[in-house]
Amino acid sequence: MAAYADLPVVEQAILTLAALVLVTSFALLAQSRVIATIHVFAWQGLLLAATTALVALDTGRSHLLISAALALGLKAMFIPWLLVRQARALGILREFDAVIRPGITLLAGGALVIFCYSVVLPVKQIAESITRDAMAVSLALVMIAMLMLVTRRKAITQVVAFMSLENGLFFAALTATHGMPMVVELGIAFDVLVAAVIFGIFFFHIRDSIETLDVEQLNRLSEIDE
Amino acid sequence: MADQLNPIAWLVAMLQTALFVAIAPLFAGWVKRMKCYLQNRRPPPLLQPYRDIRRLFAKHVVLAHTASPIFRITPYIVCGTAALAASVIPFVVVSIPMAAMADAIVLVGLFALGRFFLALAGLDIGTSFGGMGSSREMTVAALAEPAMLIVVFTLAMLASSTNLSTIVAATLHQELALRPSLLFALLALVLVGIAETGRIPVDNPATHLELTMIHEAMILEYSGRHLALMELAAQIKLTIYAVLTANLFFPWGIGESWSPGVLGTGALAIAVKLALLGALLALGESVVAKMRLFKVATFLAVAFTLALVGMLSFIMLETR
Amino acid sequence: MNAITWMLLIPAAGGIVLALVPSPRLGGWINIAASSLGLAASSHLAVRVLAAGPIGGGQFYIDAFNVYLIVLTTLVGLTTAIFSRRYMIHELEIERVTPLRMRLYHASFQGFMFTMLLTLATNNLGVLWVSLEGATLATVLLVSLYRTPESVEAAWKYFILCGVGIAQALFGTVLLHFAAARVVPDPDQALLWSVLHEHSAALDPAVVAIAFIFLLVGYGTKVGLVPLHNWLPDAHSEGPTPMSAVLSGLLLNVALYAVVRVKMLTDGALAMGGEHDPQLAGGLMMGFGLISFLVAGLFLHRQRDIKRLFSYSSIEHMGLMTFAFGLGGPLATFGALLHMTVHSLTKSAIFVTVGHASQIAGTQKIDHIRGLIRTQPAVGWGLLIGTVAIAGFPPFGVFTSEFLLLTATMQTWPWLTLPLLTGLAIAFAGLFRHLHPMVFGALPQGQYPVAVNSLPVMLHLGLVLWLGLAIPTFLARWFDGATRLISGSGLL
Repeated sequence: MAAYADLPVVEQAILTLAALVLVTSFALLAQSRVIATIHVFAWQGLLLAATTALVALDTGRSHLLISAALALGLKAMFIPWLLVRQARALGILREFDAVIRPGITLLAGGALVIFCYSVVLPVKQIAESITRDAMAVSLALVMIAMLMLVTRRKAITQVVAFMSLENGLFFAALTATHGMPMVVELGIAFDVLVAAVIFGIFFFHIRDSIETLDVEQLNRLSEIDE
Repeated sequence: MADQLNPIAWLVAMLQTALFVAIAPLFAGWVKRMKCYLQNRRPPPLLQPYRDIRRLFAKHVVLAHTASPIFRITPYIVCGTAALAASVIPFVVVSIPMAAMADAIVLVGLFALGRFFLALAGLDIGTSFGGMGSSREMTVAALAEPAMLIVVFTLAMLASSTNLSTIVAATLHQELALRPSLLFALLALVLVGIAETGRIPVDNPATHLELTMIHEAMILEYSGRHLALMELAAQIKLTIYAVLTANLFFPWGIGESWSPGVLGTGALAIAVKLALLGALLALGESVVAKMRLFKVATFLAVAFTLALVGMLSFIMLETR
Repeated sequence: MNAITWMLLIPAAGGIVLALVPSPRLGGWINIAASSLGLAASSHLAVRVLAAGPIGGGQFYIDAFNVYLIVLTTLVGLTTAIFSRRYMIHELEIERVTPLRMRLYHASFQGFMFTMLLTLATNNLGVLWVSLEGATLATVLLVSLYRTPESVEAAWKYFILCGVGIAQALFGTVLLHFAAARVVPDPDQALLWSVLHEHSAALDPAVVAIAFIFLLVGYGTKVGLVPLHNWLPDAHSEGPTPMSAVLSGLLLNVALYAVVRVKMLTDGALAMGGEHDPQLAGGLMMGFGLISFLVAGLFLHRQRDIKRLFSYSSIEHMGLMTFAFGLGGPLATFGALLHMTVHSLTKSAIFVTVGHASQIAGTQKIDHIRGLIRTQPAVGWGLLIGTVAIAGFPPFGVFTSEFLLLTATMQTWPWLTLPLLTGLAIAFAGLFRHLHPMVFGALPQGQYPVAVNSLPVMLHLGLVLWLGLAIPTFLARWFDGATRLISGSGLL
């Protein structure tokens, strides 16, 4: 195996961008302003699109450029725009969704990264391509998004966490196998789009039924007898 | 080996340390000057910190009657550990005679020793300000030290040693590569440095308001030469962090041998880097507001996370 | 290939047409028409596959296993559409839904059928994931159709929990793709199930083992395995009854189908032995299945809402099926396939009667539903016989499949028959303790019969009875073909 410094610059850039994407997911964990959360999510989408484009350059697979364009259009532009628009219509754009204990949440995120690394180790050991080093990062993105989902109270930040989860999966497909067949990629992108639109509609349903977007208030259905 | 037993080398080492200690107030003055320029104020003269120290040395020491011997010896210990720490940092030359002792963990340990006595001194007199300052300082330290250590470990993994000279030499001789681990380690070190040296946004070095003091609270009771030593120690600490940031991550220009030409270039290089860092620090302090105290924990958790991500990036992405 | 395309085009086109038709009554009829066409297309496909063997091999692949599920799906879809027409008209009249929402309902119904059929027919594991997630998306807005706080909560939980769960399945799919890419040179072929099944012995066992765990957790969330089941009782109880019927009867089956397909690949990859236990997939499925079965049986006793009661019963039966598929071997697999069929039929029939019962009583709370057999004997008897069937009484089909499963368990893991029998007894007790006052209790004031169409219920229960008494030869050979595929050897 070549030493790190011997790798071509493109591959070094890919790994650096992967690390930056990981930092954005940590930033999402600790961010309490709704508008900042959506902006960080947009940055995450942008970094992912850049990584995809670099991988396309590095491996010569041109269909990844289409994937990169799709990621840019959908994840970095359309979905953040949609979320901001819905949030403005609901009047919650300037609100805070206080993270319960940001310090411990960040530490838990760090522990999750280590855990994901150990899970993906057998895969990495048979790795041949540079991007498979980043597989642990992709699983960590998924896990940190789930942690974010669990530590949030407002519907809109939970949706951002869900979208971040899908970002992690996109990154996993990119790093493991340089993207899936085009039909699958398009299908997944379509699913994400439809999910975003349905979430947007959902916010209004939630607000209309319980007068708030604090999902902690959605607690009427439980196994505990009244 | 011969280097270490060489009395000339030891002389040069002591000269370097003395130079470091002498530069520290100048650096603090430079930062203050930059801040004033940015905030449209008239700055004090550049050499004002020296004048302040000389003034304080001339003054009479006023001790509270509840002061214990610890209160009296703390300024010497704090300043002494700071100067000792300064001696192990590669400043103008990479390999210094104290190189065998120049371990990054030793550095952290020296800071911890100084901080321990500082906290004790704050508690010593029995005023509420001092105790409050000590507890805040220890909280900050408890969170900042692990982050610092992880930065050290990341760098150590890269250079296969925790010796500061070896790390600087390794970074100097390495091929240029886009390493995410170094990027995050740099960011983490900057954040930790801001916390440890008590600059905005963690602590305001110019304030004496109860709500916002950390370092100032602990040295509130000092006067005369004790206060001078404490101020000097704080300035040395600031310079140490600045030199670390400059030389560990951007070591180009540092001297690698003892010839006068190389030493000159090294001195010039570090001067330029310090000037730049000082300006950036002033800019940062002017642009960012001071954080509320309970947010300092999150700030340091962010620093820790960045350091951790840096180390993990190294293990996951850069080892092949 | 054409037949497959037609079968998929019919619900897709039906959905689009229904989205454009404004009248709810006409929508109901178009729904039935589209579902009958779908049934016709799938039966035609079934006849072809049973006669000539598996067809497809490109993006679609129909073999004995999925063709029977396709026919089952379209059949239950048709009967539910028939039931739904009258039922939703009633809901429209009592103003629980608006005509606009009825349009959404009908269009999503066909859309949902489309995604399920695509999941069953596709050969591409990625498209399988996409369409299963699509099934969730199609039904989310239907669960919250009544727009009450409870239904919005149920839909939110459904969306988030299923979404997060199925995301794990995507990661597993990526890992499988990774393992396959090393063995199959053409990247577009690397996600095709039929190709992977051929090369399953060459796949890296470590990677496939990790992938299976993710896939089991992911698709298992949609099957309703404990502890990932929290969305199920809420989603199945808060939506309109036809939706509960298809969710319980069909979607759970489709998700289990996905798990079994992946299990077939995993067994092939791990069969070589080495440092990975070749029984890993089966063992995990058995464990999850057994826990789901026991926990759901216990939860049955606590329920206050009639639909929640039966959704826990669904969890219990899906647990049993997962256990059976995990057990492996021809006997258990045959039993599991039979159980999939009869559970689907019985559960949808039960939900139909439950829908009528709640319309009669005006509520879903068990405490307020009483004396059904006196108010409207058709509904009362339907509910009684349905529950008897699902609890595992002979001569209904559920008894046959459970008996086969117990026999298989006694052959391989004899001491596990004890928890199985205990669980069955606990579930039986739970169901009947709630059922008895509902059907036979004192008649409350002001309960009036509603207009019911008994055809769906009678058809389903009749089929289940027939399958319990004497499985017709062609069906037995059909199941045997699927058993041979899944477990390697046949029963007959």
